[in-house]
Amino acid sequence: MKIAVIVFPGSNCDIDLYEALHTVCDADVEYVSYKQDNLDGFDAVMLPGGFSYGDYLRCGAIARFSPIMPAVIEFAKNGKPVFGTCNGFQILTEVGLLPGALKRNNSLKFVCKTVELTVENTNTPFTSLYKKGEKINLPIAHADGSYYADEELLAELEENGQVVFRYSKENPNGSLNDIAGITNKQGNVLGMMPHPERAVEMLLGNEDGLRVFKSLLEEGKVKG
Amino acid sequence: MTKVRIFVTYKQSVFDPQGETITEAVHSLGHNEVKEIKVGKFFDVTIDSREKEVGESVKEISEQLLVNFNLETYRYEIMEED
Repeated sequence: MKIAVIVFPGSNCDIDLYEALHTVCDADVEYVSYKQDNLDGFDAVMLPGGFSYGDYLRCGAIARFSPIMPAVIEFAKNGKPVFGTCNGFQILTEVGLLPGALKRNNSLKFVCKTVELTVENTNTPFTSLYKKGEKINLPIAHADGSYYADEELLAELEENGQVVFRYSKENPNGSLNDIAGITNKQGNVLGMMPHPERAVEMLLGNEDGLRVFKSLLEEGKVKG
Repeated sequence: MTKVRIFVTYKQSVFDPQGETITEAVHSLGHNEVKEIKVGKFFDVTIDSREKEVGESVKEISEQLLVNFNLETYRYEIMEED
């Protein structure tokens, strides 16, 4: 399985993602510049955290106009795995690959801490190695992570099992239904505010995020 | 040229934490007559109306970029016309 890590101007977690896959998981991973316009030969795509285009207008709103994005959209529409963390999640909502939106934290503060999450759905390419209902701890670091969807959409997400991660002990940002991560309806696109790539080995103090990447690599083996 | 101002605000159903914090600050100044403050943003846009009808242009740029309809709504005013 060959994995692309997209690098936007202002990305700052691209190296974390790359190293989690390359150094820790020994995966075949490559950086792909936002200036490229195709993803031929890749089996999965990852959008990193950071501040693409300076968070101008709204977080993730301008990244949509990057030359690489039409290829990412087509890749997702073909059912291939696409993952976004933090700013990557914001970009996925802004381009319409994931429903709803992320807005300013209720506290108005940038929140940087480790939070407890419940894994709600293990039937995704990124969570198959977790147990349903398992509690894990992952770092968050964001000012605009408050998930919003209208009532109808929230009910739909819950009914379809699209909520994959939920804040369990405390809700750090005011996200509706304590949502920390969701998939699209098909389940191949996952966005989450927490940073699994910052929790992939005990040297970092925590390896609860490792199985996000291991799950994807297992999926790659099954599908060849 | 036509100068328009496009106002983008949260929908009524969306919690506006900045607005609430500012409302509390205004109350602490003794202005208890103030019941609610909502924060939004505006864009001053100059449009050449010979190239495209102004209302149509505003609608398109708002819907395509300036507004996230999950959270926000918009209206606009014509500020200057010649």
